[in-house]
Amino acid sequence: MSNIAPNKKNVLVIENVSKVVTSPEGPLTILSNINFIVTQGESVAIVGASGAGKSTLLGLMAGLDIASSGHIFLNDQDLTEMDEDQRAEVRAKNVGFVFQSFHLIPSLNALENVMLPLELNNKKSAKRYAQNILNQLGLKARVQHYPHQLSGGEKQRVAIARAFAAEPTILFADEPTGNLDTRTGENIMNTMFELNRNKQTTLILVTHDAKLASKCNREIVLDAGSLIKDSNT
Amino acid sequence: MNAIKFAARAFIRQLKSGEVLVLIAAISLAVGALTAVGFLTDRISISIERQANELLAADLRIRSAEAIPEDWIKTASDMDLDSALTQTFPTVVYAQDNTALATIKAVSTQYPLRGNVRISEKQYGDEYIANSIPDINSVWVDGALLSRLQVKVGDSISIGNADFKIGAVLRYRPDQAIGFASLAPSILMNISAIVSTDLINEGSRVNYSLLVAGEEPSIEKYTKDLEGMLTDSARISDRTDSNERTNQAINRAQQFLSMTAIISILLSAIAIAMSARRFMRRRMDSVALMKSLGAKKQFVVYVMTLQLTMIGLVGVFLGCLMGFVVENSISSMLASLFAGDLPEPSLRPLKIGFLAAFILLPGFALPSLMQLSATSPLRVLRKDSLPIPPSQFIVAVTAISAIGLLLYYLIGDAYLLSIILIGAIVISGALYLVGRLLIVLLSQLRGNLGVSWRYGLANIARRGRESAIQIVAFGLGLTVLLLLSFIRNDLLIGWQETLNENTPNYFLINIQPKERAGVTNIFDEFDIAKPDFVPLVRARMSLINNEDVKSRSYPEERGQWMANREANLTWSNTINASNKIVEGEWWPENYSGTPLVSVEESAAIDMGVTIGDTLTFFVAGENVQATIANIRQVDWNSFQPNFFMVFSSNALESSPMTFITSLRLNNDQSDVFNKLLVSYPTISVVDLEPIVQQIQQIIDKVSLAIQIVFIFTMAAGVTVLFSAVHSTIDERRFESALLRALGMKKSMVLLSLLSEFSAIGLAAGLLAAIGSSILAWQITDRLFDLQYAFNLFLWLQGLFGGWVLVCFSGYLATRVAIKSSPIGVLRNN
Ligand SMILES: Nc1ncnc2c1ncn2[C@@H]1O[C@H](COP(=O)(O)OP(=O)(O)O)[C@@H](O)[C@H]1O
Ligand SMILES: [Mg+2]
Repeated sequence: MSNIAPNKKNVLVIENVSKVVTSPEGPLTILSNINFIVTQGESVAIVGASGAGKSTLLGLMAGLDIASSGHIFLNDQDLTEMDEDQRAEVRAKNVGFVFQSFHLIPSLNALENVMLPLELNNKKSAKRYAQNILNQLGLKARVQHYPHQLSGGEKQRVAIARAFAAEPTILFADEPTGNLDTRTGENIMNTMFELNRNKQTTLILVTHDAKLASKCNREIVLDAGSLIKDSNT
Repeated sequence: MNAIKFAARAFIRQLKSGEVLVLIAAISLAVGALTAVGFLTDRISISIERQANELLAADLRIRSAEAIPEDWIKTASDMDLDSALTQTFPTVVYAQDNTALATIKAVSTQYPLRGNVRISEKQYGDEYIANSIPDINSVWVDGALLSRLQVKVGDSISIGNADFKIGAVLRYRPDQAIGFASLAPSILMNISAIVSTDLINEGSRVNYSLLVAGEEPSIEKYTKDLEGMLTDSARISDRTDSNERTNQAINRAQQFLSMTAIISILLSAIAIAMSARRFMRRRMDSVALMKSLGAKKQFVVYVMTLQLTMIGLVGVFLGCLMGFVVENSISSMLASLFAGDLPEPSLRPLKIGFLAAFILLPGFALPSLMQLSATSPLRVLRKDSLPIPPSQFIVAVTAISAIGLLLYYLIGDAYLLSIILIGAIVISGALYLVGRLLIVLLSQLRGNLGVSWRYGLANIARRGRESAIQIVAFGLGLTVLLLLSFIRNDLLIGWQETLNENTPNYFLINIQPKERAGVTNIFDEFDIAKPDFVPLVRARMSLINNEDVKSRSYPEERGQWMANREANLTWSNTINASNKIVEGEWWPENYSGTPLVSVEESAAIDMGVTIGDTLTFFVAGENVQATIANIRQVDWNSFQPNFFMVFSSNALESSPMTFITSLRLNNDQSDVFNKLLVSYPTISVVDLEPIVQQIQQIIDKVSLAIQIVFIFTMAAGVTVLFSAVHSTIDERRFESALLRALGMKKSMVLLSLLSEFSAIGLAAGLLAAIGSSILAWQITDRLFDLQYAFNLFLWLQGLFGGWVLVCFSGYLATRVAIKSSPIGVLRNN
């Protein structure tokens, strides 16, 4: 590991990461030689044109996929050396997700959705805890509702509750406002930044939205699979 | 033309992407199972029929008191049928200084047309199949006759004016068990040698037979043609009147096999229905797109119909191929059991497979097709703008009509069909309701369970309707599988009971009253249990309700024949264990009122008589009138002496009578006959062993067929389950990816899937156990004439089987979902 910041802990270290996939026309490089480090409590916006490789990078950082080369350390654990179940365990303990299309489990009600990560960590009072966080997000009346009974904004709030429920060290959000109207989107983002500050969570946010990106304290720009700008350097 | 091109291109695209594969697989598996089962049952039932025909030594037998006219034989050979001639008559034969009554069976070279004659060198030596008939200088002689005459193979025997060499011991001929007509032990001789004996002349009691065998259609045609030419004394018999006992076994077997075929059709139908439904759902997007681009409704329907046709054709082709291959490999495996004599199957199963696919596919796809054509082009913009779903009523009606149509074509038995259809509808309805109820109960439960179970049960609850439909499909599939094993069990047990080690294998007949004590003594000497002597009185019926039996009219031809023939009567004040009263009551043991008679059920029906009617018999110069007191069912498989008419003792006690008894003898005890026949030459022995063996062989074949067919039906069942689960695979794939993105381990994802399938499997298994018990109780009684017995083990089997089967197929179908990479959650939808 290179350039260690003096007193902030490195949550995420990306070292020479590339992603190559095979396509009908031969190997296709989606990400080439990406390097950066994210420290605790930082909020990082990853921006770039559609198809630049933002989601791919997010997936690698969260251990959803494996890099073709390079190393990824999440909380000092090398994801690239782990098998799928080990990575799942790391995610259960350290990672929260917010997706563009919310991705709530349709068969579970709001409460059960929020309980899910808590239970995966074997938290004792999962139910009470989930109830609390939903109340905080103003969803008290919605706990027993199923995803199809909720509006887009409400779904995303539940998703945020779910993401923060297990108190992850790092939160990944992939265009979280992409499916919401501007006002609801802003609302949701405010909630998210607030929680992020309160809980000292590290935030990695993929977005198109320049205004949203500017709210983060750091911006990384991808173009055609290469890191072309990092506001930290 | 445009539409055809369009449909073909879409079809090829779907083939490449694998989208239509499950539907094609469902169709081809259905068609494959159907044709394989069809081929197999076809072959096995032909083989069983042939086995039964063995008892006639032919497919058809024409008996006559006069010589068989040339043109009957010529007609047969014109139709490419094989034929053989036999002459049978009783005569006294001589050897050294002994004489005995024998039945001469003179046969032509082709005899027997079905089955084999078996002979041996020594009386109890190894027997082998004879490849020819005796030459004109020798005869083959029954072992009992050899003992009586005290001669052996190689000695000489005189028949009429000719002397013959004893060429072999006659151990078995296929037609030896026909009736009790040939009471004396038989001698097989060459029909060309008859002239030399000088025994056939004016007034001799010769029974001429023409045996015919060949392809079924020709036999049918020949029978028709011959009916016009028959003389008064001639009578045609085929296997249906050869033997009550084998008939019962064969009828049951055939009913069972055709029922199994029906069940495979039902299962296949469910499988096709489910995958067709999914296929149609997935077509919605492209239909909406076509519409938004300006395609007309008609064009859409046309394209979809073409696509379905292509899918159907591919499925049918693959299915027939599969059926053919599977059937061929099984047949070659079975070849040894059938002694290389497995007949060629007909092409009917192929036709059925084709029809099945093209009746069922539209039957199930039509409502969805209509729904598709009503898909709004708005769906391009809003994924959730589903068209109004087709009315459940229309879906049900088209599906049921499709199945009904197909089954009616297959079985043509409206009663059986209505039982099956009504059963299926009632069970589906019940399963659906209970399924919904169960789902509500489960969702109450899930708050208290671990995360895997909660997710599994929540899945069931969320797909409320789908889950209920799955429970119905699993439940129905399991119901038929269980029903099959219920019936199979009942059938097999029923048959095994028929043929246990205590089943009599010999009848002794013509025992005089004063000979009974002597016979008992000989039995004692050989350690054989004391026989039951059953009285037998010969008589002719003269009046029914004071009406002459000759002029009376009868509901059935068989009734007329029974009323007019010489009848064997018996009397008893106790009912035989193999009989069951179905109407009326048995008389008390000390009964002394007006004479009563008990009539066998089928005889009563065919003669058109019932309780309270009077029957008058002419017995040894006297009229005996008796009132029908009850109607009785007889288990002919018991091999006990049984009678159509049983009188109260006081009616016949004083008439002239002989006695009959049945006994079980092992091979090493056959010396008893030597002693018996030397001491009492007029007693006749009837060997039941050939019939017992026949039935045993038929049962073996049928049991095997049933096992194999059972496996196929299971496979069809698994296909149903597979397609049901597979129809939710897209959602499952995504959710599995999502759960793992949220940190769930693969094993836990699997556990939650299994918990879902367990709940569905157990629910369906429970409901199926109940449903099949009810059906079995209805069907065994009506169709198979079997006693229904509750069987707890089968219930457990149902539950456990349901659980395992659903979990297994569920796992098979969702395996890919567990493996799908979690990265999928970042690619939208
Ligand atoms: N498995 C894959 N096979 C082929 N191409 C892929 C694969 N995954 C991603 N891509 C391609 O890589 C590029 C980057 O995708 P993505 O990371 O989703 O971009 P973004 O999120 O920035 O819009 C896109 O052009 C996409 O088509
Ligand atoms: Mg993206």
